[in-house]
Amino acid sequence: MEEEINIEESHREIVIPGEIIVSGSDYLPGDGTKREGNDIVAYRYGLSDKNGKLIKIIPLSGVFIPRRGNVIIGRVNDITFNGWLTDIDSAISAFLPLSEVPRYIDKNNLSDFLDISDFFNAKITNVKSKGVDLTLEGKGLGKLEGGIIVKINPNKVPRVIGKEGSMIKLIKDETNCKITVGQNGIVWIRGENVEDELFAKKAINFVTDRTFISGLTDKVSKFLSEEKNGGKK
Amino acid sequence: MGEKNNMAYTKRFDGRKFDETRKITAKVGVVPNADGSAMFAFGDTVAIAAVYGPKQLHPQHMQNPEKGIMRVNYQMMSFSVSERIRPGPSKRSTEISKISEWALASSTLLGEFPNTVVDVHIMIPQADASTRCAGINAASLALAHAGVPMKDFVTSVSIGKMDKQMVVDVIKEEEDYEEGEGATDIAMSFMNRSGKLVHIQLDGKISHKELKEAVELGKKACKKIYEIQKKALKEVQENTGGKN
Repeated sequence: MEEEINIEESHREIVIPGEIIVSGSDYLPGDGTKREGNDIVAYRYGLSDKNGKLIKIIPLSGVFIPRRGNVIIGRVNDITFNGWLTDIDSAISAFLPLSEVPRYIDKNNLSDFLDISDFFNAKITNVKSKGVDLTLEGKGLGKLEGGIIVKINPNKVPRVIGKEGSMIKLIKDETNCKITVGQNGIVWIRGENVEDELFAKKAINFVTDRTFISGLTDKVSKFLSEEKNGGKK
Repeated sequence: MGEKNNMAYTKRFDGRKFDETRKITAKVGVVPNADGSAMFAFGDTVAIAAVYGPKQLHPQHMQNPEKGIMRVNYQMMSFSVSERIRPGPSKRSTEISKISEWALASSTLLGEFPNTVVDVHIMIPQADASTRCAGINAASLALAHAGVPMKDFVTSVSIGKMDKQMVVDVIKEEEDYEEGEGATDIAMSFMNRSGKLVHIQLDGKISHKELKEAVELGKKACKKIYEIQKKALKEVQENTGGKN
């Protein structure tokens, strides 16, 4: 994830499917590319990235594809006898088993802990063709109470988080909100009052609208201070 | 158009060169709520395509556990031509949907997404012939924008034969041409890199030799259209709001 952040730093270029990125046998095909004869061909739309010999494509758009270890924000769709069926905004459904919740829960009343339409923060433990398995065991995972939910493009999550969390830390500090960004593009914001939450939402949308600009952290900091002063006047 | 001494088709109705397309406009990211979208226009023929998915497929019996499926829905809007079209599926639109689906499916790779569907909606808000070609071109752009894995890029064009003259990108007036041998309208799609023909439909009369000529002409025209599509995809900056 860290290497995906500074899009403008190296000479990256937008490629389209079927385009030949480089020719020659010196390179190796990575994610989203394939070798065809002497050429490395892009198999999806995105930014081509050369890392030594390896060529890969960083996607710019598209739906969330669950990977093991992703921390996501989900929503409860249904309750079964041994867990929760949840929606994590991907093509396959996700299941959170009762055994993956690190606290005591009354087996007859699963809805006491998580009811239908409740949001929670969870980690993906397994991805199968049938579905995704989730766990709540881990730091900072669990039910999300209060606050607002914002949806962003999952491919822009690294940008919103920033290098070592610099961007999200800035927004958190300036807006006095707790913010959790799920890898699936769902963002949970909770502040003291609704105004703070909406302010944080505005800042996040400011970032997602300008993913291509370099030095974005400084621009966001300027935007936040301007907005703050504007609000007070 | 009955000129007295001029039977052969020597000049096009809109003054274009025989191998020239109409003015092409291509824009990516026009539908903010879609996972991928694009607009593609050949002059007065406008097509808008929106792609949703890969997403879970219902009804379940249509699911394929080996790979994802694609559904294309082509529709002309009721006001797209001078005579109002009754909205909803028709014999013609169902056929074009299926044809476009086959043309596009030759490049998409949905093996990574079992039990899912990619929905492609093609809308024609304004029509002046060659709508299926504009539709396929728009859908190609939208699929790429949606991040669907593809091994090649599909581009489509229509080739006409007016009497004995080959023309690129047919307009309505040319479709209705009746002098000499009359009009033949051939819609075709190619994969850009491999140059493979992935779709061809013919309406009219044509000889073997002339058909081969038409396919060659179409291949050349597609190369030019591809460059415009490529430019549109490379230029798309983040102007589609939060979701995309």
